Amino acid sequence: MRYLPLTDDDRKAMLKVIGAKGVDDFYTDVPESARLGGKVAGLPDHQGEMAVERHLSKLAAKNRSASSGPFFVGAGAYKHHIPASVDMVIQRSEFLTTYTPYQPEIAQGTLQTLFEFQTQVAALTAMDVANASMYDGSTACAEAAVMACRVTRRKKVILSGGLHPHYAAATKLLCEAQGLEVVHLAVAVDGEMALADAVDDQTACVIGQSPNIFGTVTDLSGVADAAHEKKALFVSVFTEAVALGLVTPPGEMGADIAVGEGQSIGVPLGFGGPYVGLFACTEKLVRQMPGRLCGETVDADGKRGFVLTLSTREQHIRRDKATSNICTNSGLCALAFTAHMTLLGDKGLKGLALLNHEAACDLADALEAVPGVEILTPRFFNEFAFRTPMNAEAVLAMLDEAGVVGGVRASRLFPAESMGDVIICAATECTTPEDIEAYAAALKEIV
Amino acid sequence: MSMNTQGRPTAPTSTSVSDIETVSGSRGLLQAEGLIFEIGTSETTGVDLPAPQNRTGRLGGVARKVATGLPGLSEPEMVRHYMRLSQRNYAIDLGFFPLGSCTMKHNPRLNEKMARLPGFGDIHPMQPQATVQGALELIDELATWLKTLTNMPFVAMSPKAGAHGELAGMLAIRQALIARGEGETRKRVLVPASAHGTNPATAVQCGFIVDEIRADARGRVDMDDLKAKLEKSDDIAGIMLTNPNTCGLFETDIKEIADLIHDAGGYFYCDGANFNAIVGRVRPGDLGVDAMHINLHKTFSTPHGGGGPGSGPTVLSEALAPYAPVPFVVKNEDGVYSLVEDMDGEASESFGRMVAFHGQMGMFVRALAYILSHGADGLKQVAEDAVLNANYIAAKLKHVMTPAFEGYCMHEALFSDAFTADGIETLDIAKALIDEGYHPMTMYFPLVVHGAMLIEPTETESKATLDQFCASLESIARRAAQGDETLKGAPYLAPARRLDETRAARKPVLKWTAPASDTVAAE
Repeated sequence: MRYLPLTDDDRKAMLKVIGAKGVDDFYTDVPESARLGGKVAGLPDHQGEMAVERHLSKLAAKNRSASSGPFFVGAGAYKHHIPASVDMVIQRSEFLTTYTPYQPEIAQGTLQTLFEFQTQVAALTAMDVANASMYDGSTACAEAAVMACRVTRRKKVILSGGLHPHYAAATKLLCEAQGLEVVHLAVAVDGEMALADAVDDQTACVIGQSPNIFGTVTDLSGVADAAHEKKALFVSVFTEAVALGLVTPPGEMGADIAVGEGQSIGVPLGFGGPYVGLFACTEKLVRQMPGRLCGETVDADGKRGFVLTLSTREQHIRRDKATSNICTNSGLCALAFTAHMTLLGDKGLKGLALLNHEAACDLADALEAVPGVEILTPRFFNEFAFRTPMNAEAVLAMLDEAGVVGGVRASRLFPAESMGDVIICAATECTTPEDIEAYAAALKEIV
Repeated sequence: MSMNTQGRPTAPTSTSVSDIETVSGSRGLLQAEGLIFEIGTSETTGVDLPAPQNRTGRLGGVARKVATGLPGLSEPEMVRHYMRLSQRNYAIDLGFFPLGSCTMKHNPRLNEKMARLPGFGDIHPMQPQATVQGALELIDELATWLKTLTNMPFVAMSPKAGAHGELAGMLAIRQALIARGEGETRKRVLVPASAHGTNPATAVQCGFIVDEIRADARGRVDMDDLKAKLEKSDDIAGIMLTNPNTCGLFETDIKEIADLIHDAGGYFYCDGANFNAIVGRVRPGDLGVDAMHINLHKTFSTPHGGGGPGSGPTVLSEALAPYAPVPFVVKNEDGVYSLVEDMDGEASESFGRMVAFHGQMGMFVRALAYILSHGADGLKQVAEDAVLNANYIAAKLKHVMTPAFEGYCMHEALFSDAFTADGIETLDIAKALIDEGYHPMTMYFPLVVHGAMLIEPTETESKATLDQFCASLESIARRAAQGDETLKGAPYLAPARRLDETRAARKPVLKWTAPASDTVAAE
C-alpha cells in the first residue's frame, strides 16, 4: 500500500517494544461477536493510482461540465471564472494540509488570511464585523435566525417568499428543532417588501433576500426600518456575492445580520459543495455570533500576530451553552474567496459585477424577443425568471438536446406552487454573445 | 578564513545569529509581509476583464452607494503575499502532526487531481439530473462503501462536517420520537463527561437536555452511573457516545450500553470521529449503533484545509432511516440515478433539508479515491497501523510521562501532566515541541484527564519519524519533570512567539481599519 510507510519488519520490531504478540492484542476490548475474522466482506481490495484514476475519470466523463457549452443555471450557485493563481494558492501544502489554527505560533499564515477575509467580508457586505466563515449560505442563514432569537429573546422568525427555498428549509428545520416559530410568506417574484407588513411585537427577525431566488433586487431599507420599529432584527441574505459589487449591500439597508453564499468568488461549482458561508453583523452583536473569529494581538516580543478569539462562545469551551455546535468552518474555501478578492480589489469587483449585469441584460433582451416569452423579474442583477408558453421541464429538456443548459425550472425549487412554466436563468462574465444567441435561437425553435 | 584566488571566502565563519536585526524585518527565507490593506490599493487589480458595454441596466436603482474600498494586488504581488504567509504555517506535508482526535494523516495528491476533473469540479448542483449521472453514481458508490464498512442500512450524505452529521443523527432521533408520539416527553440525552464539545452543543441545538455521565477509573463509561441515570427512563431520548472514546479507548461495555439505551426506549448516537482506529476491522452496526457520523476529513483523508471544509455523512439504522434528510440518491430499476429532493413518496417521513444542494461533493470524490486506493485490505491495515503506531508511542514514553489509563490504547495515546514539576504545564510541553519541529499534540482534552496530552500519530508515519518524535518528547518530558523554567518561554524558534490571547479577547480587533492619519488624508 503506497500510503503506508511501515514495513513488516517495522511492525514486528514495534510489537516487540510494546510487548504485544500481534495487533489482535489491541482489539481485545471489542466484544467478541463484533470482531471480524478478516477484512470486511463484499468490498474489493486496494488499487493502484492508475486504476483509481481510470475509474473516477470514467464517472466524471458521464457528467456535462458547465464550461462545455452554453450554460445558464444559477439559483444559488454560479458559474464564474476562477483565476489560475487562486487554485495555486489553495493547493499550497501549508494551507491545504494544516489544521484549524489552534497553535497560533505556527499558524500565522492561516490566521492572517482569516483576518484579511473577515475584513473583506465586512467591507463587501458593508457590515461592522464578519466571522471566519460558515459551511455555506444556507446554514449561515439558519444560524442567523437562531442567533436573532437569542439576541431578542423572542421566538418568531419570518421568512420572505423570495428566500432561496433550500435556505428556507434549512432555517425552518433548525428553528423548529429548537421550538422556534417560523412564518414563511407567500412565494412571490417581487414580494420582499411584504416582510415590512408581517413584522410584529413577537418577531425576533425578518429574513429577506436581494437578489432573491427569482433574481429580483430590492432595497430592503423599509423592511429594516419596520423591523427595528418592533425591536426585531433584519437579516439580509444573498446567494450571489458578486452582486454586492453593484447592488445595495446589506449594511446600506440597515441589516443587523448579513448572511450569504461566497461561492461566486473563488470557489468552483463542484456540484454544490464545499462552498463558503459568509456571516457578518453589527458590532454590538459580535459576542452572540456563531463560528470562529480571528483577532489581532501581539506576541511575547510585542510583534503583531493573530489568534482565534472570543472562543468562550464556542462548543469546545461552552459545550451545551455554546452559541452553535459548529466546529469546522470552511477554511480552504474562505482562502479561495480571499485570494480571489485580493486579485479583484474594489476596481475588479465593480468591473466583474458590471459584466455580469450586462450579460444578463443582453440575455433578457434576447429571450424577450422570442414570441410568448415573458420576463417576470422586474429588477435584476445577473439572474431572472421568465415564463414560457410551454411546460418548463419540457422546454429545458429540448434546450438540452440543442446543447443549451437553460436554467432551473421553478417547479423543482417550488414543487408546491403552480409554476410549471417558469424558468430561472443566470448569466455571468463567462457567458458569451454566442451563448446568448444559441439560447435564444433554440428557444425560438422550441416555443 | 579560507579564500579562493579572487578573495571570495569559501568556508563559513561562526557568528552567533540571535542578536542580528534586519532592516527589512525579514529573516532570511522568512520574508516579512504586511496585510493586503497595507500593500494594495483600491485602484489596483490583478484581473484583466473585458471592457463593459456601458449599456442601459435593469437594476432599477438598487445600486451600491459606498464603494468597498478593498485593495487589489497584481498577480505577482498576490502570489508572493500568500506564498510568504504560507511559510508561517505548519502542515502535515511538512512534518509530523500528532493532534489527537483530529486524525492528521497524509492527503494523497491523486485525490486533489480527481476532484478537479471538470466532470466533478465544474458541474452545477441544479443542472438536469440526466447531465450528472456520473456524479450521482459516485455518491451512490461512496455511500455503498460507507454502509458496508459500518454494516448500516442507510447513509445521509448531505451533512457538511462532523458536527453537522451529529445534527443529522440527533434530528433523526428527534423525528423518530415525534413519530412515536414521544417527541415532547423524551428530551434527555446522556453524554459522557469525556465527549467532544460538539456533542452537548448539538443535543441542545435539537431541543434536548444534556445529562452528563461519569467516566470510571478505566476511562470508560461508568456503568453504575449510567444505570442510575436510566432508572427513570420515560424521558430518555438517547445517548451520544464516542467509540473509540476520546481517551483513545474502546468502550468495552458498548453492547450492554446499547442494550440498556434501547431497553429504555432511547437511541444510540455514536460519534464516529475516531473511526480510523477500527475501520475495516469492526463494523459499528454490529455494536447496536443507531446513527454515526463519519468525518471524511479524518478517516478518509480529505484535507483539513486550515479548518474545513469537512464532510460528515451519517449512517442510520433501520429504525432511523425513514427520517433521513433530503436529498438522497436512489438507483432506479432502469439503472438511472435520481435525487429524491421533495418530502413525499419515499421521503414522506424525512425530517427535512439541512442544507442547500446535496453535500460536499468535492470531499466525496477525494474520499472515494482514498477508499478505492486502499480497498478492504488496505483499510484494515490503516486501522491496525494507526493503533500500532499509537501503542508504540505509548510504550516508548510511559517511563517518562504519566499514562492516563492502564492497558493498550487504540489509535491515540493519552497522558496526564502528573509527571511535570510544579509550575510546568501541558502548554509548555506543547510549545517546546514546536521548537523541536513538531506540531503539538492535542492539549487539555479530554476534560476528564488533568492537563491531558492526546497523541494521535495515524498510520501514515514511519517508524523512524515516531522514534525521532519520541526522542524529542522524552527530552522535553524530562526537562518538565525537572522544572526547567526555559520551557515557559517556548517556542523560541517559531515564526511567532507566544501570543497574548487575553488581550485579543478583551478588546477584540476583528478587522483591519485604516490608521487615523490615512483617514484624515482621504478626507
